[in-house]
Amino acid sequence: MTRAAFVREPIDTRSILERTKRPEDGAAIAFEGTVRNNTRGRQTLYLDYEAYEGMALKQMEELAEEAVRQFKIREVAIVHRLGRLEIGDTSVLIVVASAHRAAAYEASRWLIDTLKRSVPIWKKEYFVDGAVWADGEPFPDEIPRAQGSPSSQVASK
Amino acid sequence: MRVQVLFFGMLKDMVGRASESLELPEPATVADVLEHYSQRIPDLQKFFGSVALSVNQHYAAPATALRPNDEVALLPPVSGGSMP
Repeated sequence: MTRAAFVREPIDTRSILERTKRPEDGAAIAFEGTVRNNTRGRQTLYLDYEAYEGMALKQMEELAEEAVRQFKIREVAIVHRLGRLEIGDTSVLIVVASAHRAAAYEASRWLIDTLKRSVPIWKKEYFVDGAVWADGEPFPDEIPRAQGSPSSQVASK
Repeated sequence: MRVQVLFFGMLKDMVGRASESLELPEPATVADVLEHYSQRIPDLQKFFGSVALSVNQHYAAPATALRPNDEVALLPPVSGGSMP
């Protein structure tokens, strides 16, 4: 079952939601991450998203599988857009379909939070006066670092 | 042996390329790859505390042993999904 995909064109949320829903579902949630017009008050012009595509796709599939197992939801679809995105564009879509809404909300929240911390995708933000790679969120502790494990860094302070 | 090394995000900008082939004496680990780039581009090391590693598209550690033609990647903190 393919639950994750990368696209380079606008994400069609309505059609992905419609094709994920089934008669046995009582809830379907579409979460969209969208491009905001500022970062800490600095005006953003547009973003470029890039990914380590092979690894990221495998990880998104694994997250979807884990969410189905852990939250007892019926189905998940994750679509991430890459390339240049303008303000207001949808960068990621997470659809969760489930018999009951509580599990769907929990799974949706867990999926976006986990994706943002561990799936190898990066964005570069372009401002009027320059461009920077977004800071990113620290990797979860169980992922080793190039230098010093997170626990030894704490110990050395 | 030769391995393929991939750079992403700001590391790609610092190295000046997205990937390159690297020759290493055997036996080699991911730490040898890190050592090579620390010497060539000393500024890279400043980021190693937050950089994750992968070998053949699985997260790996500096001690992970390498085989010929392995694909090693240096991964800065990720920022996919929605805006923070």
